[in-house]
Amino acid sequence: MNEPRNNAQSTQGGEGLLFWLAGLVLLVGLPVLNVLPDPESWVHVSDFTLNRFGKFLCFGILALGLDLIWGYTGILSLGHGVFFGLGAYAIGMHLMLTIGTESVYGSALPDFMVWNQVKELPLFWKPFYSFGVALAGAVLVPTLFAFMFGFLAFRSRIKGVYFAIITQALALCAWLVFNRNETNLGGTNGLTDFKQLLGFRLSEPGTQRALYILTVLCLGAAYVVCRRIIRSRAGRVLVAVRDSEQRVLFSGYSPANYKLFVFVVSAALAGLAGALYVPQVGIITPAQIGVLPSLEMVIWVAVGGRGTLVGAALGAVGVNWARSVLTNYFPELWPFFLGGLFIAVVLLFPDGLVGLFARMKEKWVASGLGTRKSLPASEAGGQEAQ
Amino acid sequence: MTERGSIIYLEGVTVDYDGFKALNCLNFIVNYNELRVVIGPNGAGKTTLLDVICGKTKPAEGRVIFGRDVDLLPLREHEIVQLGIGRKFQAPSIYNNLTVWENLDLSLKRESKGVVATLLGKSSAAERDRIGRTLDTIGLGDCARQRAGSLSHGQKQWLEIGMVILQDPQLIMVDEPVAGMTDKETEQTGLLLQSLAEKHAIIVIEHDMAFVRQIARTVTVLHEGAVICEGPVDKVQADPKVQEIYLGHRKQKNAHAAAG
Repeated sequence: MNEPRNNAQSTQGGEGLLFWLAGLVLLVGLPVLNVLPDPESWVHVSDFTLNRFGKFLCFGILALGLDLIWGYTGILSLGHGVFFGLGAYAIGMHLMLTIGTESVYGSALPDFMVWNQVKELPLFWKPFYSFGVALAGAVLVPTLFAFMFGFLAFRSRIKGVYFAIITQALALCAWLVFNRNETNLGGTNGLTDFKQLLGFRLSEPGTQRALYILTVLCLGAAYVVCRRIIRSRAGRVLVAVRDSEQRVLFSGYSPANYKLFVFVVSAALAGLAGALYVPQVGIITPAQIGVLPSLEMVIWVAVGGRGTLVGAALGAVGVNWARSVLTNYFPELWPFFLGGLFIAVVLLFPDGLVGLFARMKEKWVASGLGTRKSLPASEAGGQEAQ
Repeated sequence: MTERGSIIYLEGVTVDYDGFKALNCLNFIVNYNELRVVIGPNGAGKTTLLDVICGKTKPAEGRVIFGRDVDLLPLREHEIVQLGIGRKFQAPSIYNNLTVWENLDLSLKRESKGVVATLLGKSSAAERDRIGRTLDTIGLGDCARQRAGSLSHGQKQWLEIGMVILQDPQLIMVDEPVAGMTDKETEQTGLLLQSLAEKHAIIVIEHDMAFVRQIARTVTVLHEGAVICEGPVDKVQADPKVQEIYLGHRKQKNAHAAAG
């Protein structure tokens, strides 16, 4: 007997097409429109826009990881801002050190240390002179931290709302620690005023373009990795943990190990996102890693569509795009918009944008306009739009 | 009675929930290839008995031995499963968002169920074959591609039994399998369990006496965490102590109803 292919696998073709199409637009389309056309032309993509998209795509990487743990495994983490922050600060520290004597005070020490009358570079800063260490640290520090935190939490069988609360507490703790001047990470002002990365000036459009392209490539790679995980048997165990953890346990699996695995992977992706974010945005402060940003990350995934990788990335880019447009015109309305969006998702389209598209397509097919026969209702939403 | 020849052996097991003894110095033995039905009024400790065997609840006192000499008490749930003890829960516990096939595929006994092995693992032809045969055994051959959440209640119960079978257990524990089933489904479930009893030891917890008479060879009656009576169905039903427990229970209930 052959293994029957489920619906998720049979839609692979369409999703693959979408992947390559989006990849082409993001990787080639936008940079080319940035370089070639006349800046006055309407097709021209400004440096500012390209840079902004680079930032959104960083969030897309983070959203993929968050979707793995929340959308697929059903574990709500309200502390992913911390892992994002650890990655961002690791690269940020390296960038601070490469400023050298170009700083405002002309000292080899970062400005905020001069300001705080720190006379000598703290020991834990020293390895970050090396770009390699900083880059490895940006991914490994959040990974290790998630491993230790997750090990304790999942071993103790903390789950559901309790896990959400404890991760939120973690975000609050991290915010408090990073805010203190004594932590020697720039306090409330964070790390900023970066000048160069590996000898390239960060103010140069070319450098930013390269960082943008690197971000697109990382997002693509992260998507492929996440997809492979989801399509493997381990991916089905993750969904099984969400559906019936008890059954998983009594089928001979250790749910704690699977949860730990997915938590660590998502933390690594968040760290990577943070590392790519800092040189493009040029600043990282505790305000970007605390309770509120961590909550926003969850909203991105919910808006895009939990349990669909494309949805998570789409949600991250979409919500942040909407934010940057709306805050331009009505800055004070954004929190209301975000709250309203969340309520709308919960009440009106619980499967997010992707689920909404799927439903519209279903209706379109059912109305007889489509050429294909409609799938049974139980399968149409199926694997991808749970 | 001797320890030899038993697949599961409980001696002096006490489970204490803040002073309430769910199991009270319980002795309970099931032999290889036996189909044992456990009955008893609510709160008698039936489900707790299964919880202790599968490691979900750790007793305050007593011994739990699997096979000849494997002590189950220090082991974690998934380790006990890997030894060969499978359990079907009272409420169907299946993976609603996976297909019937995937539900069975995940439950299949494999060398390793660690993260790395399942990330890389592919199912072999032999494994697919086995899943296919199990699908036929539980009567879900036509539903392999269906989402498990869309099955009927009875089909979900069978799917879960199928998931337990695929773990290759020596001992299968089934908690109220026919609750909420139609008469026809109940009968089919009885046949399924009897056919399984040819190769496995089975412990069934049940309330439905008609169903108990259909499948049971030996019945154990639990009351207040201890064994009251054990033997063939007729003997157990004729036992005055058993009658008193059930009748006394009913009297109490009536008294409560009158008082309320």
